[in-house]
Amino acid sequence: MIRLENLTKQFPGMDRLAVNKLNLEVGKGEVCVLVGPSGCGKTTTMKMINRLCEPTDGKIYVDGQDTSKMNPIKLRLDIGYVIQQIGLFPHMTINDNVATVPKEKKWPKEKIKKRTAELLELVGLDPREHGGRYPSGLSGGQQQRVGIARALAADPPIMLMDEPFAAVDRITRSRLQNEFLRLQRELNKTIIFVTHDIDEAIKMGDRIAVLREGKLIQYDEPGKILSEPAGDFVANLVGRNRSIKRLHLIRAHEILEEEHWGVPLDTPREEIKERIEESVISTVMVIDEKGYLKGIIGRRAIEEKEGEKAEDLMEEVPDNVTDDATLNDALSVMLEIGEGYVPVVDADGLFRGTLTLNTLLDQVRSDKSAK
Amino acid sequence: MLNRILKFLIVPILLVGMGIGVVIYVVENPTDSMVARMLTYDFIISSMEKHLLMVFVSMLGAIAVGVPVGIMLSRPSFYYVGKVIENVVNVGQTVPSLAILALFFTFLGLGFNTAVFALWLYSILPILRNTFAGIMSVQPEVVESAKGMGMSPWRVLSKIELPIAYPIIIAGIRTAIVINVGTATLATFIGAGGLGDMIVTGISVRREMVTFTGAALSALLAILLDYIIGRIEKNLVRWS
Ligand SMILES: Nc1ncnc2c1ncn2[C@@H]1O[C@H](COP(=O)(O)OP(=O)(O)OP(=O)(O)O)[C@@H](O)[C@H]1O
Ligand SMILES: [Mg+2]
Repeated sequence: MIRLENLTKQFPGMDRLAVNKLNLEVGKGEVCVLVGPSGCGKTTTMKMINRLCEPTDGKIYVDGQDTSKMNPIKLRLDIGYVIQQIGLFPHMTINDNVATVPKEKKWPKEKIKKRTAELLELVGLDPREHGGRYPSGLSGGQQQRVGIARALAADPPIMLMDEPFAAVDRITRSRLQNEFLRLQRELNKTIIFVTHDIDEAIKMGDRIAVLREGKLIQYDEPGKILSEPAGDFVANLVGRNRSIKRLHLIRAHEILEEEHWGVPLDTPREEIKERIEESVISTVMVIDEKGYLKGIIGRRAIEEKEGEKAEDLMEEVPDNVTDDATLNDALSVMLEIGEGYVPVVDADGLFRGTLTLNTLLDQVRSDKSAK
Repeated sequence: MLNRILKFLIVPILLVGMGIGVVIYVVENPTDSMVARMLTYDFIISSMEKHLLMVFVSMLGAIAVGVPVGIMLSRPSFYYVGKVIENVVNVGQTVPSLAILALFFTFLGLGFNTAVFALWLYSILPILRNTFAGIMSVQPEVVESAKGMGMSPWRVLSKIELPIAYPIIIAGIRTAIVINVGTATLATFIGAGGLGDMIVTGISVRREMVTFTGAALSALLAILLDYIIGRIEKNLVRWS
């Protein structure tokens, strides 16, 4: 889908090459993450792909076509671009910002309107609440979502995303990442994704290209980058706690256990007590007849509270993760709420099971012994 | 909607009313026969007309030249020329307006056309400078994301750069028009007429009422035009 051949860029007045003989191939529907320290040429590489910046040497093929022979405007209309600095148009409403490319492509008004609302919802914004606002009325994270919606607007087969989640806090970022991955499973776009955060690279990429001073150091699947880093540079980038990083690669639903300490709303006190004694985490989850998680009962609750049924004893659920969250996300939430477990729900909010700290530790241990 | 139009009209109506009040008062109550001979409705109206004509012709010409040249200088290939011209313009602005008029009258002779030409030249400066500065103030990442999404250079200019620079460009036009109305009173020195006639003759024959009429009318005119342009700007810019 995208092939870079000996791609080279020298900026005038710079003694080293910004991008140095880069060879890279990204298949259709793949997410390729460019990762590397600041100034290693990630943004420059992206800009050469949509021709915002002309290469000094080398070729770029998109769908087998040499881009230097294509009309740059046409090329760009079919490549969604999320710029590093967000770059929303300050004088246009959020709706108009998102509608930019459809307008350039002269879609009919009704279709644009529908598409805009659909996209805002897709990135988790309310079209009625946010659509009419100007970018200055949005938080940094919301602006970044608009930037992504804007790039997706005309459904381009290729997306270039330059640090799209840089402006949000850690928790929101991991949520956006999961949403993005879920979306990508549906949309199946060819994506080049830039980040300088190796954790993000491992989580998001089908393949990771590690760059250093314009050179490609390693191009491999995330698991390979972790297990066989090519040289000290990649090893340092990945860091020492590789087994913990591996938690990025495993999703909650892959290791969920059958035993989930769930009880119905009308369970009598005595039975709950027994279940708590048996439970590793000394807690049971209360589930309603439809399968939704309603509350939790811990040891303290059952000792202090009156009442004979689970319904009367349960307390509010501190937090949960979705079943497509990575084990790393689950670990963050556990640390956040200060418990040794976290309930897991599916996309519809139905209870799926519970992840415990012990399960995570087992994963890390088995990974260590495998090597 | 009607409410908005009314609100918009209150100040202009007030200013015009004050102007008409001044004119009626001085014509109906001249301090002596000399004043009565000078301040007739015909004379005041024709001075006003001439003044307005000078201002409008020179302003239209200045906008027609200042804005496009400002835009051109902001294109990347002209960037350094633009910086140089910006400095020249800043120096040019410090030359007193009377000196400019005097300078051109030596080349072009006396009369209305010379005055319009000098006013035109003098008004180009703030308009050109603000157009250039306004477009340069657009954040580079905004322009880059527009390009990156497949807008042609012309579309980037007309849909992104100009609308964002618009308040600054209008501010330049506002500055120019206020200077222009004031400077146009000096046109009387090269025989071009206008409200300056009243001010200068009033001084030379020591009739304060005549001077006052000319000064008051040109001041009211400057305030009125400034207000109107300011409102237009406010109504078109909702985003900042
Ligand atoms: N327009 C330019 N003119 C001159 N040098 C440039 C230009 N753009 C980038 N460079 C240089 O090229 C090198 C690569 O820059 P690039 O923006 O691609 O880095 P990056 O990997 O995206 O870094 P970051 O993570 O900080 O965004 C840097 O050394 C930078 O200074
Ligand atoms: Mg960058």
